[in-house]
Amino acid sequence: MSEKALEGTKVLEYASFISGPYCSKLLADLGAEVIKIERTGVGDEARRRGPFLGDIPHPERSGLFLYLNTNKKGITLDPETQTGRKIFLELVRWADILIEDKPPKEMEELGFTYDKLKEINPQLIMTSITPFGQTGPYRDYKAYPLNVVHGAGSGYLAPGGSQNLEREPVKSTSFSDDAACGISAAFATICALLPRWSTGVGQYIDVSKQEALMAMDQVELCQYPNEGKVASRKVDPRMAIRVTPCKDGDMMIIAMDDRQWKGLVSMMDEPEWTKDEIFKDILSRMQHMGEMLKNVAPWAMQHTRDEMYHTGQERGAPVAPIRSIEEAANWQQFKERDFFVEIDHPKAGRISYPSAPYKLSKTPWEGGAAPLLGQHNEEVYSTLLGYSKEDIVMMREAGVI
Amino acid sequence: MNRGALEGIRVVDSSTAWAGPFVSELMALMGAEVIKVESMKRLDHSRVISLSTRQRFTGTDQSSVFNDLNFNKLDVKINLSEPKGAELLKRLVKVSDVVIQNFRPGVMDRLGLGYEALKEVKADIIYLSSSARGAEGPERSYVGYAPSFAAHGGLSYLTGYADGMPAMMMGEIDLISATTSAFAVVAALNHRQRTGEGQYITVSSSETIAVLIGDVLLDYTMNGRVQFRDGNRDEIMAPHNCYRCKGDDKWVSIAISNDEEWRAFIDAIGNPDWAKGERFQDTYLRKENEEELDRLITQWTISHTHYEATEILQRAGVAAAPSFNSEELYNDPHLKERGGYIEVEHPVIGKKAAFAPSWKFSKTPAKITRHAPLFGEHDDYVFGELLEMSQEEIKALIDEKVID
Repeated sequence: MSEKALEGTKVLEYASFISGPYCSKLLADLGAEVIKIERTGVGDEARRRGPFLGDIPHPERSGLFLYLNTNKKGITLDPETQTGRKIFLELVRWADILIEDKPPKEMEELGFTYDKLKEINPQLIMTSITPFGQTGPYRDYKAYPLNVVHGAGSGYLAPGGSQNLEREPVKSTSFSDDAACGISAAFATICALLPRWSTGVGQYIDVSKQEALMAMDQVELCQYPNEGKVASRKVDPRMAIRVTPCKDGDMMIIAMDDRQWKGLVSMMDEPEWTKDEIFKDILSRMQHMGEMLKNVAPWAMQHTRDEMYHTGQERGAPVAPIRSIEEAANWQQFKERDFFVEIDHPKAGRISYPSAPYKLSKTPWEGGAAPLLGQHNEEVYSTLLGYSKEDIVMMREAGVI
Repeated sequence: MNRGALEGIRVVDSSTAWAGPFVSELMALMGAEVIKVESMKRLDHSRVISLSTRQRFTGTDQSSVFNDLNFNKLDVKINLSEPKGAELLKRLVKVSDVVIQNFRPGVMDRLGLGYEALKEVKADIIYLSSSARGAEGPERSYVGYAPSFAAHGGLSYLTGYADGMPAMMMGEIDLISATTSAFAVVAALNHRQRTGEGQYITVSSSETIAVLIGDVLLDYTMNGRVQFRDGNRDEIMAPHNCYRCKGDDKWVSIAISNDEEWRAFIDAIGNPDWAKGERFQDTYLRKENEEELDRLITQWTISHTHYEATEILQRAGVAAAPSFNSEELYNDPHLKERGGYIEVEHPVIGKKAAFAPSWKFSKTPAKITRHAPLFGEHDDYVFGELLEMSQEEIKALIDEKVID
């Protein structure tokens, strides 16, 4: 067995739902040892959210939880109790990295600020992932993923394609943007890990999800101060990328540069209308996108997505099929890259999961099941922290673990 | 200590457009020395045109879009399709830690600059190949752009109004993809630090998007369900939407997950009569009667600005935030206090606003230290100082259009 990229990295996760757990999943999947703390009794919020296996709600069979927590060890702990607090601090001493997503006030009340925790472990890297960061007037604002997406301007900017402004701005699907915040936090965290290996320096990283998402839209956002343009979700009539219905679904038509336009023209068998002066160069085409689409539409209706996709690639027009989830899951290209892998889980059984979008030649990604609630209590409390069997029984009865 | 986390790491980047260059920008913000390799034959086209923002720029150094994606980098001109250009790149790789490229799979191999060849030059090199579909599989040589990654990955299909078209997703997609690649590269750097071993990384941009919706994909693999787009709606929470506010195209997002929040919400909006009925008494009923609920909530939001509505609801402990546009974000007091935007002086286009690095490190700050490089701005430093080439040698390569 080959070594893992982040082998030997010890991570403590005190987080729930999407961003925080996804951040530490990314580390766990590359070999970090992650101990996830879940609240005694209830566990991670994601356990109560679907999709559930067979549509029967069960805390060990939530697809959302299973996906976001692969390769982790799970313990239950109530850090609000005196003993729970003590154990939390012992785990902080053990860890190289702490990933947490609690409201700043809650961490202060628990005495878990970075200043306090670094006294226990000066080499600790602590990454806090919150909706609006640790400072500023909105730091204590309550926000679900929906509020963060819109608070970051993503509703206005990202899911482009609204035909009119009478409709509300929409978020990107499911929890995709919250997952993107997790990636940003994971990148920052392992950057901080590099100097730590050599100099032992620990530090604090404040990740604001609002800013993490704004960073993804920064080019469009900076158009305002730099060009005076306020981007909106409304389709810009000059946008050279459009969705058009076709014979068996929807197709994304991309005809940006000359090569792509020529490719598209060739795919359509060089119809007369394409020879019009107004389509001669890119700027002119952008001004006449409406006209172009009107002409492309009837042609598209006579072709399937697959036909257009493969012919397009041959001719230099990178048009793309809008894949449904079923079509994405069964896409041959994903299969050839072994994008889906089967992972066995004691309660949910063998299920096919998306793996990782990167392949590292020497330190491959490897799938492992998400923990059952409190599955590793014994291992962590007795083997790692040295508590006796009796201690553990008492702590369980006292509701600490 | 005020050094960036990646200080001392040197990156050679021959990628163009958005997704590739942003990988090395992320590393440059962290203190890595990034050397961008371009040529007259293969200019990074965001210097010239941006289809996403619908702008065209004159010359090579006037693009604000290129500026946004290439802060802190150095820039050299090397024509990689000339054998001597490939040799020159190898000399650079010899003194570097990471190579980033986003040519179609196979192109770098043909130029003699594939992983195997560069490993000969620098045994522990970390080599990133990022492409639309990944370096393996039947569609490996297919080209693609951000909107198509979202189309293939299922994100477009699932985003948008339930009764509308799938969404077109642009810039955000590239930068998420880039952040994912950067994560993989830094993971490999961690591995190298401990073991001395470099490696080859391939990334599929389509997959970087598909992994964002693992739950939806599992719903298919576990239950055979094919989810569909549904605006801002949540599976169980209601209200969970954007509501129109006072003003032109102003909206506030409101999300409520339990009875306690619901009671606080009703209280905050002044206990309207409609809220007392049975239709909205528990989470299940609110979800059942969601459309009506959305309509009724708008009766309240429409008489407030989105800032007012947010403040009233937040004071009551209800999750709410304006649906901001770019103008509002730029002027927002919260982001002002956190230093969300900074100004960067550019020798050709002047002072430009830039979005500050989004993470706040206590010891190794991420920083924008300089504008994006002018085309070939660092030929002298890189060829003369770093590679210690003589003036004659440099001049000869310029004459031969290798440095071009």
